[in-house]
Amino acid sequence: MQTLLREARLKRQNILDIVFRNMTRVSAFAVLALLTAILASLVIGSMPAIKAFGFNFLSSSEWDPVNENFGALVPIIGTLATAGIALVIAIPVSFGIALFLTELSPQWMRRPLGIAVELLAGIPSIIYGMWGLFVFAPLFADHIEPWINEHIGPLPMIGPYFSGPPMGIGILTAGIILSIMVIPFITSVMRDVFDVVPTLLKESAYGLGSTTWEVMWRVVLPYTRIGVVGGVMLGLGRALGETMAVTFVIGNANELSGSLLMPGNSISSALANEFTEAVGDLYTASLVELGLILFFITFVVLSIARFMLYKLGQKEGH
Amino acid sequence: MILKMNRVIGALGIAASLAFSTQAQAIDLTGAGATFPYPIYAKWAEAYKAQTGVGMNYQSIGSGGGIKQILAKTVDFGATDAPMTPEEQAKNGLTQFPTVIGGVVPVVNLAEVVGGQLKLSPAVLADIYLGKITKWNDPRIVADNAGIKLPDLPITVVHRADGSGTTFIFTTYLSQISQEWKDTIGAEKSVNWKSGQLGGKGNEGVAVYVQRTKGAIGYVEYAYALQNKMDYVQLKNRDGQFVKPDDTSFKAAAANAKWDAKNGFYEILTNEPGKESWPITGATFILIHKAQDNAATGKETLKFFDWAYSSGSKMAADLDFVPLPEGVQKQVRDSWKASVKDASGKALWK
Repeated sequence: MQTLLREARLKRQNILDIVFRNMTRVSAFAVLALLTAILASLVIGSMPAIKAFGFNFLSSSEWDPVNENFGALVPIIGTLATAGIALVIAIPVSFGIALFLTELSPQWMRRPLGIAVELLAGIPSIIYGMWGLFVFAPLFADHIEPWINEHIGPLPMIGPYFSGPPMGIGILTAGIILSIMVIPFITSVMRDVFDVVPTLLKESAYGLGSTTWEVMWRVVLPYTRIGVVGGVMLGLGRALGETMAVTFVIGNANELSGSLLMPGNSISSALANEFTEAVGDLYTASLVELGLILFFITFVVLSIARFMLYKLGQKEGH
Repeated sequence: MILKMNRVIGALGIAASLAFSTQAQAIDLTGAGATFPYPIYAKWAEAYKAQTGVGMNYQSIGSGGGIKQILAKTVDFGATDAPMTPEEQAKNGLTQFPTVIGGVVPVVNLAEVVGGQLKLSPAVLADIYLGKITKWNDPRIVADNAGIKLPDLPITVVHRADGSGTTFIFTTYLSQISQEWKDTIGAEKSVNWKSGQLGGKGNEGVAVYVQRTKGAIGYVEYAYALQNKMDYVQLKNRDGQFVKPDDTSFKAAAANAKWDAKNGFYEILTNEPGKESWPITGATFILIHKAQDNAATGKETLKFFDWAYSSGSKMAADLDFVPLPEGVQKQVRDSWKASVKDASGKALWK
């Protein structure tokens, strides 16, 4: 009797185990299936545009809904430029914040500061957009852009990228707003990985007479490299796909101006602006193809990141 | 524990089935489409529900989405700002009718010009948007504005970045009055604008850019310009008169239009004749299927809009939409009689 009961219980647990294992497996494969389904529907949806324009779609800066002639060059460049600017600003700032929070800040300040950074991540993007349009852009137009025009504009090489009428909106503004939005993401990942560096390592470096900077640069950063790159990629992913905030401040003009102070367009804001009212197969298909390109860009960026990590890992072996 | 869970799930199930059953009792109309008339449709829906108990759920997902939804028959009616052509209507078995009238108003930011004083003739407006007139003290602007000292200021041109019925009406007007505009840019809900112009998202986006940039010109919906007290522009209409944008000039334009039920009220009210007509006027439209699979909801839909015409005019006027002239309302009702049928081919509207 006793053994029978025990066997029944064992059997039941065994079944539960199998069910549980399969449930997790289904969940994991569901993600894969979903990804394939999205990709497939994007490809099918953009077929008319792919057939009509081919690879010209990528290199044409034309966007003419009336004559149904479309090209993605302007939004592609806008997306890459704004995300690039965002990272250029966000990486050093996030590094600074994370460094301060883990190494230099007095103990009582760490929690409030850390929570503040996390709260920043919780603000909806439309709030950033409105703040950018109503508060930041006027300040930028009145006080910062004239200065940029005067001091950076005349410089050789980079000058042309920083000249234009001070309107307060454009690629540069969008990049700056994006950088504020991605800082909390990169910072919290950096802080978490900096925190796991064994105190023993750091103490040893200090003991050998290293400065704080040397400890950070030579010990903490190499130790946490993978996590740091991961955090940056998380930020980049958000910057590439961000829609509302960018739409508010990028200026939404489909033109290649060569200056960061001029209005431009990004893939996600073009979609947000035009998808609702797009009528006609080719128009809709071109917008879907923009989405496909964004998908592809994100995929390539993530692959490059993976590859970089792999290379770094290989070097470590030697 | 498991027992408890079961009880909770059971309770939830009963609650859910109750919720579903109450929902199924009343007929609820669903519609989707244009964002421009959303405020008035929502207002009508609320008042109609209070009076009759029949709810109307309108989703302002954009005209393009509205057309897709009505074609897929997921909604009872679709709404669009740009009228569907008679051929398209025939092809898809749809019938179309206008609901309210609105208009587009050019707005400017010029410290020197007190609100509503600036006058523009059609060719000048087109050339500003074509980038051919670039300064406010251009002789052609000065010619229409004797007595106003116009500044030596570059003109910053602002347009809608998102696809919108407002842009459709505006560019339709420019195509009518300027051959060059028609040939190089054309009329659509979003067009290939000339370079160096700013695109704002929505009326509020255009308004912000105009209000912040000295020497800017943009265009917004009439109701938006009115409610935000923006500095509008007087335009010269087809009869050569300078008119202000207000409900009189919109009504004049609507009254002078040649509405025709035969072509599904395909009528764009821009550049209408008449001394008082505002030249950039447009109506917003409803699309329904000619053959209604479900006679009850089809009839309710028509009843709703009938009520909206007869009892909803004041609400429309309060929200700065211009109600349809009565003659046109009658034409619309007649068109329902003629074309909206149930499955057996019987007219739904008597």
